Amino acid sequence: MNALLVQGSQMLLVLALAPLLTGWVRKVKARLLRRRGASVWQPYRDLLRLLRKEAVVADSASWLFRVAPYLIFSAIWVAAALVPTFAINLIFSWSADLIAIVALLGSARFFLALAGLDVGTSFGGIGASREMMIAPLAEPAMIMIVFTLSLLAGSTQLSSIVAYMIGPEVGLRISVAMSLVALVMVALAENARIPVDNPATHLELTMVHEAMVLEYSGRHLAMIEAAASLKLLLYVSLIAAIFTPWGMAAAGQGLGHYLVGGVAYLGKLAAGGFLLALFETSIAKMRVFRVSQFLSAALMLGLLAVLLLFVSRNL
Amino acid sequence: MNGLGLYFDVAHLLAGGLVLVSFMMLYQFRMYALLNFYAVHALVLSASVAWQALIQGAPHLYVTAGIALVFKALIIPVALHRIVQRLGIHRTIETVVGIGPTMLAGMGLVALSIGVMLPVTGSADILAREDLAFALAVILLGLLMMVSRHNAVSQVVGFMSLENGLVLAATGAKGMPLVVEISVAFSVLIAFIVIGIFLFRIRERFDTVDVQALDSFRGERR
Repeated sequence: MNALLVQGSQMLLVLALAPLLTGWVRKVKARLLRRRGASVWQPYRDLLRLLRKEAVVADSASWLFRVAPYLIFSAIWVAAALVPTFAINLIFSWSADLIAIVALLGSARFFLALAGLDVGTSFGGIGASREMMIAPLAEPAMIMIVFTLSLLAGSTQLSSIVAYMIGPEVGLRISVAMSLVALVMVALAENARIPVDNPATHLELTMVHEAMVLEYSGRHLAMIEAAASLKLLLYVSLIAAIFTPWGMAAAGQGLGHYLVGGVAYLGKLAAGGFLLALFETSIAKMRVFRVSQFLSAALMLGLLAVLLLFVSRNL
Repeated sequence: MNGLGLYFDVAHLLAGGLVLVSFMMLYQFRMYALLNFYAVHALVLSASVAWQALIQGAPHLYVTAGIALVFKALIIPVALHRIVQRLGIHRTIETVVGIGPTMLAGMGLVALSIGVMLPVTGSADILAREDLAFALAVILLGLLMMVSRHNAVSQVVGFMSLENGLVLAATGAKGMPLVVEISVAFSVLIAFIVIGIFLFRIRERFDTVDVQALDSFRGERR
């Protein structure tokens, strides 16, 4: 019963917090550039305004174009609800593990690329083809990270991994550091953040994510925007849950522990968003054809982490 | 899993870090960045050797660590910086094949050295086994760097990183005399000087340090 309650509150929490994280990152970036920037609540206002607006759909669009935003949003919402944020004992974590999260994100990406191709504009096609250039490198890298963590913890379930990471037997391991770096690189690529893609521009020849969603408007665009901020929240909370699991409430603890976990989670989100904004303002966007090298470095790190772990296990 | 706990974990961290820095060197496009990563490589090596000295209780290994720190992390990178400045080749490094295939080949080499070393050294101490496996990986990655770069300076850096792998192997195996280590260090320094002189000779003759020019001079190219 308790697990069900925690799961339900977490599902609502991630949905409520996702636009705030996006707004926070934008605000910090603006302050770092010495601009005042929009309020951190601006993404909520944007979403409400988009929901009220009329949705304009191209004549050539099929039914897929109209259902894709809802599919993407629901897949990413479910994936975000599976990551432990403030408590470990989620009821879904016994039925869906890290690989399921990767699969959910992969299917969301697939539908987004299909929707980009569906209308038949050249921008959508470019965006979809670039997305598919990034995907086959980002996903194996992610899977390698999953392998590393599950080799360490002996399980692919996120709750067990987090419980292992809180526990004393983690030790000092280079594989964990490598998978952290690889996961950050994958997260940057997956969320279309700066060295890979620029989330703040339209009408730039190098854009990836924005090119695919260019044809969307109204409530469809609202779904896509909400899904994008949920995805950012998912990755930040995934990194926070695995690599900085402190303060998270375990199963069977009282209300006080849950409150502590919630406050710690908010702190982690704020720190993660700040670091992301700091990183984005201090680095230039790379050429599109360098992206494959960036991601192959992430893949290499993941592979190396698995190999090194293999050595220390076989001794 | 093992009875050494923290000692083993830190040794694993440092030796694994050396392999990681080898990969970072393979990934570099710019000459100066490559030289900086070589300095980091030597720094990690010296930390690793110092840790081995602490574990094994062998004070002469501190001397090895000091040699690695002074010569390899300071003198050789600074000298290479000056050579690169004098030669005027701070541009992008040309590689024989792309970075991606080189990385994959490197992963293959690491897997190979682990696959070879772990079964062969079955009866040895676990620290020695692990150090030997990683040292072979570093050596093979240095060789890979030498064959995958056209530029003579980056080949020199590959050679130097290979030598770092040798030092790692030597410290992992207990009881290597200090004389041998010092003589290895100095022979590498002399090799470095000779290579440096050769670099300038090559440049004088061919107006480039791209070794492909040598191939065509010998008539080996189509």
